[in-house]
Amino acid sequence: MVNTLSVYQQAVMLMAALITLTSFLMLGQSRLLRLVGVFAVQGLLLSASTALVAHSMALPHLYISAALSLVIKGLLIPAMLFRLIMRMNLHREMDTVEHPARVMIGGASLVVFSYYVCLPIVKLSTLITLNTISVSLAVVLLGMLLMITRRHAVAQVVGFMSIENGLFFAAVVSTLGMPMVVELGIAFDVLVAAVIFGVFFFQIRSSIDSLDVDRLSQLSEVEE
Amino acid sequence: MIAVYLILLTPFSGSVILALQNDPDRSRLYNTGFNALSLFYSIWLAVEVLLKGPLLSSGKQFYIDSFNVYLVVLTAFVGLTTALFSGAYMKHEWEAGKITPRRLRFYYSAYQAFMFTMFLVLTTNNMGLLWVAMEGATLATVLLVSLYRTPEAVEAAWKYFILCGVGIAQALFGTILLYFAAEQVEGIRPDEALLWTTLHENAALLNPGVMSIAFVFLLIGYGTKMGLVPLHNWLPDAHSEGPTPMSAILSGLLLNDALYAVVRSKMLADQSLASHLPGYLMMGFGLLSFLVAALLLHHQKDIKRLFSYSSIEHMGLMTFAFGIGTPWAVFAGLFHMTTHSLTKSAIFVTVGHASQLAGTQRIDKIRGLINTQPSIGWGLLIGTLAIAGFPPFGVFASEFLVLIATMRDYPWLTPLLLIGIGIAFAGLFRHLQPMVFGPLPEGRQAIPANMTPVVLHLLLVLWLGINMPFFLGNWFNQATQLIAGSLPL
Repeated sequence: MVNTLSVYQQAVMLMAALITLTSFLMLGQSRLLRLVGVFAVQGLLLSASTALVAHSMALPHLYISAALSLVIKGLLIPAMLFRLIMRMNLHREMDTVEHPARVMIGGASLVVFSYYVCLPIVKLSTLITLNTISVSLAVVLLGMLLMITRRHAVAQVVGFMSIENGLFFAAVVSTLGMPMVVELGIAFDVLVAAVIFGVFFFQIRSSIDSLDVDRLSQLSEVEE
Repeated sequence: MIAVYLILLTPFSGSVILALQNDPDRSRLYNTGFNALSLFYSIWLAVEVLLKGPLLSSGKQFYIDSFNVYLVVLTAFVGLTTALFSGAYMKHEWEAGKITPRRLRFYYSAYQAFMFTMFLVLTTNNMGLLWVAMEGATLATVLLVSLYRTPEAVEAAWKYFILCGVGIAQALFGTILLYFAAEQVEGIRPDEALLWTTLHENAALLNPGVMSIAFVFLLIGYGTKMGLVPLHNWLPDAHSEGPTPMSAILSGLLLNDALYAVVRSKMLADQSLASHLPGYLMMGFGLLSFLVAALLLHHQKDIKRLFSYSSIEHMGLMTFAFGIGTPWAVFAGLFHMTTHSLTKSAIFVTVGHASQLAGTQRIDKIRGLINTQPSIGWGLLIGTLAIAGFPPFGVFASEFLVLIATMRDYPWLTPLLLIGIGIAFAGLFRHLQPMVFGPLPEGRQAIPANMTPVVLHLLLVLWLGINMPFFLGNWFNQATQLIAGSLPL
């Protein structure tokens, strides 16, 4: 099987695997600083795979996307989160994962589920596309799982941003990049979202004196 | 075509100018002015479309047909009347010391930024840009929800951001799949593959397998923004904790625009898939939202939460109508979008005044409005009568049309709809009656209120219920033709 794939295809598969791996690493990581570190690695991998596609498919406009994701997802957002963690003195804080084994099994089944959902796509395309679309859907779902299992606001933001990473991977590898206007728009939205998250950290902390979003539970339909 | 650019440019520059404007009195004036200007341009655009038919901009990035042009006018109109109300409302909040000058400045700037994203959602021809603008609408409003900085407001804003952010990410995945499907079709250039006009022309050629997955993701994504059950959780919180003008524009505009995005996606999926899957999905989600929200109306304690559940209920009904997809149902859906948007923003304006009058949003503390300040009491009473679907208001006419359309094609669903309307009516009136007529509490003072928007909206809804103006009927017919493929009559 592997023999029939070109070097480029093998490299894309490797990247897809590595990106999924970082998603799983995030899922199990309870130290906030390391969590942000793994997230930065995911951003770098994303940028590297974009550059790889740009190079082998000779699509120069993808170099811009690669540069954008390198700057925004690999450097800017992690640096911002890092600074916030330092400023708010959170670097010793743990966000323990309850039932890590169950979370991991859940994550693994999400990957299987994504492959199942994407089956109709394989009929009209190559093996590579099936893999990349399934992997990106898996990264999206793993990001959601991360947000569900964590209580710390920083971890939720990392989950949110890794969902964006998954979507970006799908756009780059399976459709060879969206039109430039759209990509710039998305990058702008992500950047603004990151800034607003920063503002929120301060608002949440000044309102509940912690960043444990489980304590945000004033509003509900249940009678007091 | 120039009107489109002006419509987009006005709120954009407005947002920048208001961000630099320190004087609250001037900001108030400018905010109204920018909205009035947008309304003027949108009417200009509407006349142009009425005379010349659909417009496609030279770069193909903007496309105006009869479906979105009337929504543009509606958006501009509700934007203007809400801006009029927000002047009086924010002045009161400012004098009560609830907001700082910086936050007020931010409020006005974000208001215009939100209007910009709404116009962009409606006018763009690019499904990718539509997503970007929709996400932009969340970003513009999320910090407005937490404007008062109370723990509840911060919680509501966080929930809004996380839920809508994750939800809308699903829509991006759907958009990517759409692009993927379009790229497989021969003869579509990659840079035009996301343009709605291109997609619509070639919709029959798009791969059905990919399109069905794409539509599910688009429905979930934009459905979250629309407040479809079970993704509705953020909506009552965001509506109740933010400033009231924002609740009015969220209910009156954002929900409509999210539905607009879903209907556009459905038009593509319908042609690609031979089955009625998109329609059934929308009918199911719509009916569920309609019934669940009608039941939840009963045990609300906060007046703004009450009416935000009523919004979910009506959005459910519209989704259901578009799901049926017959010309009758689509016509009813379009009509209901208009009447609901006008009525609900009028109600939120009245509710804003009522809660300022009572100094609280708790339903059991708001009493005897009709004695304290008759204009507010009557406004709330008539507004609620209108939204509950009483004749002769427009909501009655559009709900009646939905019922007729259901009876023609799915008669066994009609009882469910009737029961839902009944439950919702009871839910609204059990809270409304004591608020309007209940015993008058001590020491309530009348407040300066601007009821012009309410009167204007309710008169329009009344007019629509009695006699639909020919140009509106004409638009609805054309849009129905576009969406359902044939005319209702």
